[in-house]
Parts: sequence; structure tokens; C-alpha cells
Amino acid sequence: MSLWTNYGMNRRHFMQHIATAAATIPAMNFLSHVQANADVLKSSQKSCILMWMGGGPPTIDIWDLKPGSKNGGEFQPIDTAAPGVQISEHMPETAKMFADLSLVRSMSTREADHGRGRYYMQTSYVPNPTVVHPTFGSVVSYEIGRNRKALEIPAFVSVDGGAGQAGFLGMSHAPFVVDNTGRIRNEPSEESRQRLGARLTMLDEIEAGFMNSRRGELPKAHQDVYKNAVNLMTSRQMAAFDVAKSDPMLGLEAESDAVRDAYGRNGFGQGLLMARRLVQVGVPFVEVNMGGWDLHTGVFDTLKNQRLPQLDKGIAAITADLKARGMLDNTVLVWMGEFGRTPRINQDVGRDHWAASWSVMLGGGGLKNGQAVGATDKDGVQIADGSKAYLPGDIWATVAHAMGIPINTVHTSKRGRPMKLANGGTPIQELIG
Amino acid sequence: MKRRAENFGVSVTGRKLFSVVLCVPALMFVTALSSAVVADEPAGKPAATGAPEVPLGEFIDQQIRQGWSDNEIQASPVAGDEEWVRRVYLDLVGRIPTLTEAREFLADKNPRKRAILVDALLENEDYVRNFTTIWTNNSIGRGAPQRVSRMGMEKFYREAFAKNRPWNEIVVDILTASGHYEENGAVNYILAQMQMPDDAVQLTAMTTRLFLGLQVQCTQCHNHPFNKWQQDQFWEFNSFFRQVDKRDHRKLDPKTGRQVDDYSEVVWKEFTGPVYYEKRSGMMQVAFPRFQGHEVDPGVGVDRRAELAKLITEPAGTEPAGGEPAQLAQAMVNRTWSHFFGYGFTRPVDDMGPHNPASHPELLKRLAREFVAANYDVKHLVRWIVSTEAYQLSSQHGDKNKIDDPAAGEMPLFSHMYLKSMQAEQLYDSLIVASNAHQSGNGTWSAQEEQRRRWMQQFVVAFDNDENDESTTFNGTIPQALMMMNSELIDKACSVERGSFLFEQMSSPGGDPQKINDLYLAALTRKPTKAELTKMQKALARYGATKLNGYQDMFWALLNSNEFIFIH
Repeated sequence: MSLWTNYGMNRRHFMQHIATAAATIPAMNFLSHVQANADVLKSSQKSCILMWMGGGPPTIDIWDLKPGSKNGGEFQPIDTAAPGVQISEHMPETAKMFADLSLVRSMSTREADHGRGRYYMQTSYVPNPTVVHPTFGSVVSYEIGRNRKALEIPAFVSVDGGAGQAGFLGMSHAPFVVDNTGRIRNEPSEESRQRLGARLTMLDEIEAGFMNSRRGELPKAHQDVYKNAVNLMTSRQMAAFDVAKSDPMLGLEAESDAVRDAYGRNGFGQGLLMARRLVQVGVPFVEVNMGGWDLHTGVFDTLKNQRLPQLDKGIAAITADLKARGMLDNTVLVWMGEFGRTPRINQDVGRDHWAASWSVMLGGGGLKNGQAVGATDKDGVQIADGSKAYLPGDIWATVAHAMGIPINTVHTSKRGRPMKLANGGTPIQELIG
Repeated sequence: MKRRAENFGVSVTGRKLFSVVLCVPALMFVTALSSAVVADEPAGKPAATGAPEVPLGEFIDQQIRQGWSDNEIQASPVAGDEEWVRRVYLDLVGRIPTLTEAREFLADKNPRKRAILVDALLENEDYVRNFTTIWTNNSIGRGAPQRVSRMGMEKFYREAFAKNRPWNEIVVDILTASGHYEENGAVNYILAQMQMPDDAVQLTAMTTRLFLGLQVQCTQCHNHPFNKWQQDQFWEFNSFFRQVDKRDHRKLDPKTGRQVDDYSEVVWKEFTGPVYYEKRSGMMQVAFPRFQGHEVDPGVGVDRRAELAKLITEPAGTEPAGGEPAQLAQAMVNRTWSHFFGYGFTRPVDDMGPHNPASHPELLKRLAREFVAANYDVKHLVRWIVSTEAYQLSSQHGDKNKIDDPAAGEMPLFSHMYLKSMQAEQLYDSLIVASNAHQSGNGTWSAQEEQRRRWMQQFVVAFDNDENDESTTFNGTIPQALMMMNSELIDKACSVERGSFLFEQMSSPGGDPQKINDLYLAALTRKPTKAELTKMQKALARYGATKLNGYQDMFWALLNSNEFIFIH
């Protein structure tokens, strides 16, 4: 089997050095990683791609239009591939993909501050001063990533993000943050690579004392993160980050201009393309961030001319691409921000923060797609009579269900408190069928 | 001045009593340190009203000890000099001690040496630099908000901390600032909160959080379910900032013939009467400028920010007898305590109020009252905190205080020092010190700041929303580890070129044990144990003829170790 082709690294030389380190750092189990091949990493593996709309997207102008209402705004609804489901006229490509996408139109989430809203939507818990809850990507890293022995790069990758935290699950499940170019900063030079084994041996000898010096868990967490970093540095799976790289053994090809164009030549589009490659090599949770949604002023111009064209292209491309590759049923798509925006249009033709009634998009993952669950009233200001209101925990429980994580899973906080997965949320019945 | 002396609260009798209480030999440093505090100030009389107050130093230690006995735990012993000196340098001057500084302190036989060092560090220019960095980051973030001059903000804080200006005066300057963003650097705080046209909502929310320790951003839209702040109070506070406007100037670039950004300034905007806001019900409401029951004339010709500054920054001697000390002082005390211990009296430090009770309420109040009485003297506050018994303790816990673990969500009892991760700036400055780069004369202050700032940017993730919030990847995750293992900064630190730390070490006399000792001392501010020394000698032997590589790798490993990155 040929090894370590694309980084020009002298594998044998490296392994000689690492051999001494491996004896003292058991988790650096390189030899087992080497067994990895594309077949094992294939499609039986479940993944989730979270499209995070930082700032709070105006879902009333995207997914749940209110034509005829004073709150309706400037856009008209159009039909989608899902009978009876209409979305914004500025999302035409996405509309065509709606057999594989769904909406939850009755989110009611109470937190309308960016920091608190982000925390609530990503963890399912409201902020609490005595405990830091893990963001759902960290939960997936913990529940699924740990068991993917062939995965050498982090199980939770965040493209252009950075707010998520692993909380009581430990630093090694924190998101690995990269920018949308996929460039990893501070990759080792050839010389650093050559000397890494010897240096790590020395490091291990030096830090052992402090680790066992009764100073809590942080020193150990530090070592765990270093192990992850070393795994990453020395992994051929790094090719997944770079859309220009190919690696047939991993099933990765260099992405053509046509593919890159289809996703959109912008941060969000290229981030989604990277996400697909990461899913291909077995990363179970990728978050792709798109910002610029905090539209207190000039909401319609910005949506029409900037945000929605990029969003439309990106969602349509990732859905079509995953489907064409037979990966869509195993990949759950989630689209959300920290909250929606006020139905009322303010004096600056903007919309402010609004958590009482808004929408989230889901797709793929073997869910029963092509439908809109829940509804808001005619002006979009509250959940419609007879419609069930959903919390972030219900969304993540649905995702957990689709990914095969038992929804009765309970984690334990550092203080010994039991913490239910997704804060005890329930999978949305209509979507899991 | 009279009041200041009285309220400083350390009387001659108190000092004696203090020494008696701390009869445990291991705590002699604490005693020495506390006498140093006294020596700075004329001994005062007990407060005029009621029974004589317990002196401040003693009071703090009593309050902390009460928590230990209430929770039936036993505090850790006092930290050794090696552990303590590294900690106090990082906390006070934002970097580890140099090899020379460490050697001098460790060799000093003076029993009062800890107090002497604290005094010296408070006069060190790196103290100014450290607190300038901290407050610049607090005020404008680490990123690059639009139309904000970091240089201007730094200059303002640098002058403020160098002159040890009273905290209330600093805050008045910031809240009432106007003018050019480099000529009056104080305006940058306001400019950073004006990233979007939002009727000063962000400025309102940030000001209450940062300077008053109150989180009221949620009350913009509705009454807070627990917090005593209500929606009308948010808008009443907001109405103080409605006379703020900013002007962004552009100029012609003669080379390209195009308009480019010039400077920005904060200017006055005419605004009278109430602000209008909408209740959840859709009803429009009005709010007039009002703070803590004090109403301000909403009419023409009133500078509302100046009025607010007066109300917030209550000068010494005006607080109501027996009443709550100024919120401004409580917030600063809480934040500063948290800087040194890793945890404040509330969690988070900027969310104080009846809904979130403090862990040591009496201590917080007393410190705040003394801070006001000492004319908001930041160096006094810092000295009080650093002089406490709790600050002297080891970061190692024992069997009897294992439960004192705020990282697990427990209320901090301060029975041992908690580990803090170095901030990116502390790491940068420490690496410079550990590798001698500071001696190579790297240009002026601002050139150095600029270098560090550019390096910092790799870790900043901005969220691009109206709260101007951001996060950092210098948070103990992989990007930080990659930087520590592979970056140019580390390569430089481990360089053996002429003038580098390793070059100096290698070319000076002394055998391997001496050199290993010095490497440990430079990186970890301690000598290796016997076992470690043996281990390192064996490790060097593995390198055979390329021993120099061995030393490089050893220094690399020391700098990458958990012991280096944690302040303990």
C-alpha cells in the first residue's frame, strides 16, 4: 500500500521518529489509521452539515412569505418541487430541490440576543452560569466521531465559525475552525515534520509531572488537543480541506471549475463544497457559516442583491451534488440562525431580532422531505392556531434520530448532573415518518 | 483626602491583629505583604460611624476563610516562590519573568520580597502595557471594527494607566468623549459600538455590561424575567446616548486620484425630549433620560452624556450611608478580582444583580466601598487583591479542597489558585521574553504593538452583527496547538542563531545540568526536579553528536508543555 503521497513527506523517516513517541502516547495510533481506505469510509456513515446563518436570517422573506400582509415585504412566493410548499422568488434553484428539503415553520425560541440565541440554537439549552453545554456538533463528535477509528481529522469542523464550544464533553470535541479557503495555518514545515517524533517524545517526558500534579482536568485536555493536532498534521485526509487536491484512495477528486462555479464562488458556496469533501472522508459534523444576516436596515435590497443569490446557489448545489453521489440519504442538512427577524418592517426598511415565530430548513438524511411542518399566522407574528411550536431541541432530536444517535442518550456534566441529549427534545414526527 | 485615609481601613491595631490571626508559619508571606499595603498609606482611624471596621486585608481573608469553613474544606498551602513569581508576572505585567528577573527574585532572602516585587511591578511599564491591552480588548474587541482606531484607544488607556488615573475619571472621559479618533482616543469605545445605525442600542447594552456589570440587552424588547431591569429602564438609559453621532471623513489619495478613508470622529447631535420604543403588545411608549431614580432634564441645552457620567461615576464621599456602593465600583472590583483568580464573585462577571447572587457578597461590597473611598485608585485595588491570603496559595488542590472546582460549575471558594489559560497576548509576550527577542531592540512601542496585533489577527473570528461580538481560535483548540508547534514565532524562539536565547546558553560555560536548569528556568520559571534532570540528560544522550538539536527540541517541548501555557 502506498502511503503519504501528497505532502512530499518522508514517511519512513517520520515513522522512525514517531515510533518512540507512539510508545508513550497510545492514542497516536498511526498504524491503525493507515488501514483506513475509501471503502470503509463510504456511505454507511451518517453525517450532518449545518448551514449557520449568523446574525439571524429573515425567514419571513425566505421560507414563510406573507403576501397580502402589512408585514409581507417586497418579495413574492413561488412554487417549489414540493406540492403546496412555496418559498421566496429569490430562491428559484433551491425551490427545484424541495423534494429533498423540508421546512419547520413554527420555531418559537424565546432568545433574541445574538449570543444567547446562538447558544440556545446550537446547544438546545439556555445559557446557565454553572455549566457550559456542548454545541450539537460536539455531541456528534463525542457520540459518533469517537467511534470512527479511521478518521484522523477532527470530527467537528467549522468553516468560518468559531463560537461553538464542547463544554463538559471536553476540549477534544471542540470545533476545528478553518476558513473557507481551506488553508490550514501553521502546517508544519518539512523540518518540523522530521523532528516532530523526537520533540513529542521530549514533550511527553516534560509534561507528565504537571499532568499528575492535582491541578484539575485542563492539563490533560491540553494533551488531548495536541494528539488531535498531531493526527491532523500527519493525515492524508487533510486533502479534503483543499478543493484543488485529489486523492483517489479517499475518493477525492480535484474539483473542476464547473463544480466550483455551481456551488458559487463565495465563502458560503466554497465552504459547502469543502463540507461535502469532509463528509466524503468521514467527518460526521461540518458547520458552514454564512454571515451578514443582521439586517436592521435595508433588508430587501441586501437580500435580493447579496444574500439570497448566494444562499440559493449554495443550498441547491450541495443538495444536488450529495444526491448525485448517493450521499444525500446519509447526510442531514440543517439550515438555521440564532433567531428570525421581526415580521414588522422598521423605519429603516429593516427587520429586527425575533424569536417568537420563525423557520428552520432541514433536508436529506433519509427524512420524509418535501413538506413544510407547522405554520405561523397570517401576519407571521405568532404560531398559527393548532400548529405545534418547536424548540431547538426538537430539531436536534430529529437530526439525532436521522444519524442513529439514540435520543434517550444522557450525558453527565462535570458536576454530575444528567444532561439529556438535545435537552430532551422530541424528533418531529412528520419528518421521521 | 481625609475620607480616603479613614476608609482605607487598615489601622495600626488592625495590623497587629492581622499578624496574630495568621500565625501559621507558612502564611508569613501574606503577613509581610499586608504590612506593605499599610506602609503605603497613613494609618487611618476607624470609620466615623458605628463600631470600628475590621481592616480591609483582614476582612478579605476572613470572608474567604468563612467560605472554607462553611464548606468544610481545607485550603491548599502557600505557593512556593517559583510558582508565585511566574503567576504574579503574568497577571500584573502580562508576561513571564525573564531569566534574570526570576533568578533575582528566587535568590532574594528578604521576607518581604513578595510585597516589594508587587510594588515594583506596579511601576513597571509592562503593567501599563498589560492593562492597556486588557481594556482595549474589552472596549473595542481584538478584531478590526470599522472606522475605529486601535492606536487611539491604546494611547488613551496607556496614558490613563501610566498616570494611574482614577477609574471613575477614565470612565467619564470615555462616556463623554467626542472628537477625532486619534486626537482623543477615548472616542474609539463609542465608535466601536456604532458599527450599525441602531439608535445607540449596542452602546447602551455594552456600557451597562462593561462598566456597570449589568446585562440589560434583553430588556430592549421585553421586561427581563429575573433581572430587576425593565424595558423602560433600557430605553431611559439609552436616551442618554441619543446625542451621539459620528462622522466618517474621507480624503483624496493623490496617487490614485480616488477617495479613501481618512479619520472618524464622534460629534454632538441635537436631541431633546423622549425616545420612543415599542412594547411587546405593539404599544408605543416614551422614555426620558433617567438613571437609578435620578431624572435629567430632557430639554434643550442639556448634555445628557455629561449628566449620565456624573450619575454613574459617583465620587468618593457621596455614596449614601449604608447603601449599595456605586455599581461602577462593584463592576470594576468584580472584573479585576476575576482577572487575578480566573473567576469573579458572579458568573459571568458582567451579569450582576439580584437574579445572580454573588459568591462573597459582603466582600464584594466592602472592596467596592473601599475602592470608591480610595478615589477609584486601580493600583490600590490591584494591590489589595494580590495581597490576599488566597492569591498566595498553590494551584495544587489537596484531598480536602478537591470539591473547590469552579471549572466543573461549582461556586469558587478560592481555596487554591485556579488554572488560567494564557491569553494570546500573554503568550506572545512570554515567548518574546523566553527567547530573548526583547533584547534585540525591536523598535518602538507602537512598532512592537503593531507586530503583535498583526500576529493576533490569525485567531480572531468576527461575527459581523450589531453586537460587534467576536470569538478567538486561541482557545486551547487545534489552531492554537498548530501555532505552538509549527509557527515562525516558535521557530524563532528555538533558533540557535547569534543573539538568540539558545545561542547565549550554548556558548556560555557550564555543563549539561546547568544548561538544562536554565532552560527550565527560562520557560517554566523553575528548576527541574532531580528526576527531570536525569530524564533530560538521558534524552540529550539520544541525540549523540547533534546535541544542539536536542537542546532545541527540549526548549520546543518546554514551550509546548501544559505547564508553560497555563498560569498556575
